[in-house]
Amino acid sequence: MKSIIYIKELKVLNIKIGGSMKPILEIGNVSYSYHTLQGETTALNDINLSVMPGQFISIVGPSGCGKSTLLSLISGLIKPDSGSITINEKKIEDSNTNIGYMLQKDNLFEWRTVYSNVLLGLEIQNKITKSTTKTIDDMLKAYGLESFKNARPSQLSGGMRQRVALIRTLALEPDILLLDEPFSALDYQTRLEVCDDIGAILRREGKTAILVTHDLSEAISLGDIVVVLSKRPGKIRTIVPIDMEIENRTPLTSRSSPKFKDYFNLIWKELTDHV
Amino acid sequence: MSEMQEKYIKSFKRQRYKVLFFRILIFVVFISAWEASTHYKIIDSFIFSSPSRVTMTFINMCKNGQIFYHIGITLMETLVSFSLVTLIGIGMAILLWMFHSFSKIMEPYLVMLNSLPKSALAPILIVWLGSNTRTIIVTAVSVAVFGTIISIYTSFNGVDAEKVKLILTLGGNRKDIMIKLILPSSLPMIISTMKVNIGLSLVGVVIGEFLAAKAGLGYLIIYGSQVFKLDWVIMSIVILCIIAVILYSIINQIEKVYTKKISG
Repeated sequence: MKSIIYIKELKVLNIKIGGSMKPILEIGNVSYSYHTLQGETTALNDINLSVMPGQFISIVGPSGCGKSTLLSLISGLIKPDSGSITINEKKIEDSNTNIGYMLQKDNLFEWRTVYSNVLLGLEIQNKITKSTTKTIDDMLKAYGLESFKNARPSQLSGGMRQRVALIRTLALEPDILLLDEPFSALDYQTRLEVCDDIGAILRREGKTAILVTHDLSEAISLGDIVVVLSKRPGKIRTIVPIDMEIENRTPLTSRSSPKFKDYFNLIWKELTDHV
Repeated sequence: MSEMQEKYIKSFKRQRYKVLFFRILIFVVFISAWEASTHYKIIDSFIFSSPSRVTMTFINMCKNGQIFYHIGITLMETLVSFSLVTLIGIGMAILLWMFHSFSKIMEPYLVMLNSLPKSALAPILIVWLGSNTRTIIVTAVSVAVFGTIISIYTSFNGVDAEKVKLILTLGGNRKDIMIKLILPSSLPMIISTMKVNIGLSLVGVVIGEFLAAKAGLGYLIIYGSQVFKLDWVIMSIVILCIIAVILYSIINQIEKVYTKKISG
């Protein structure tokens, strides 16, 4: 347990990890509330977070703590009530940084083939060129989906569908990838496989990623840092940097690391202690 | 093939032949009973006509070409009304979807217009538009259009919110949501409203022709009943039945092709 550093102040963490590097994403004092006729619900309260390029951040917290809201805010789908979110030191509206967003369900369109599902994002952004389609072809090949190019989504297994959704997201070459419980709809075995797959893919491509999940082992095995949110209104309870002390760690090797259990217990305690 | 499988297929086929047999039986029994009862003067063939008289009338009208003229008029009016209903229905549904407040404001009026018996409008339309083809088409359109708008708009709103979010996260705007998501996902619903509409358009056209026509099957029915040519009336009804079935099966076929394309 000694090796685990507790840092509540993020700035300290940045210095430790990033050094002179500039954060790709900065969230400062962000709050957000939902409004209905029945009243106001504060979903997030005073969130501060900096993310370095190439970092994998896992966010965990009890259900309804505003985890998904945080991703919607980062992607610019909704605007914060107060506070600021900057990407490469620019406001989201002005930034030309591409943000990829993977939702809980794969949301593949049944009336399109696998291939044209993958093309959807490029089609919308008018970016279908020789080089982008080549990238897609390479990815389909690499993830074992080449022979299913012209198949319908309904002919694929859950894990394959999720991989198609990932390629659809990666086709736009996002600099930051937001993952909203992307494995939660899969059965346990597929879930482990796809989690390993996608973890490996993201590390290989060196993508910055923010994963929201309620599965602690997923959060720990994938993340460089685990952010624990409190119950509603969501506040950052604590931030735990993960260091498995293994070279080229993958979700699989992380899970079998002896330190995994310690992190698990620590974060579990954080989640349950103060409720 | 195993013995059990063979047995299963045999019993399946037997079932199908049985259904077909009884369908044909009902038809044959009905036609022969009708013919026989007029032949033996149980019912008056002057009022009830008879299969043979209907057939003779049809053959005579085919010879002088009159019947094709009437069928053509009714068919043309039906197809024009049907196309208008489909276009206006989709167009209005898109407008309602684009302007949320507009749809909120229009809601009670649409519901009212949809439940209004449209045949009540026909006499006014004659006064306003005159006794002509235009009136017939407007009548037919009014019969089907409001229900179509409501069904298609409801289907637009039933689109999965997560999928809408997906389009937004891929950088799409409302136009992309409509074109890439809502229209294709509502296509099965649009086809099934078309199935209903083709029948309704025919109903509307016949109502229109009753009141404001100089040609067409609806005109033939009204005119025939006025001059006691019941052969004309019955023949026209039979032809209407056949037209309705044919038009419906065309749309049905389109639906089948579409579903087959989707399921690969």
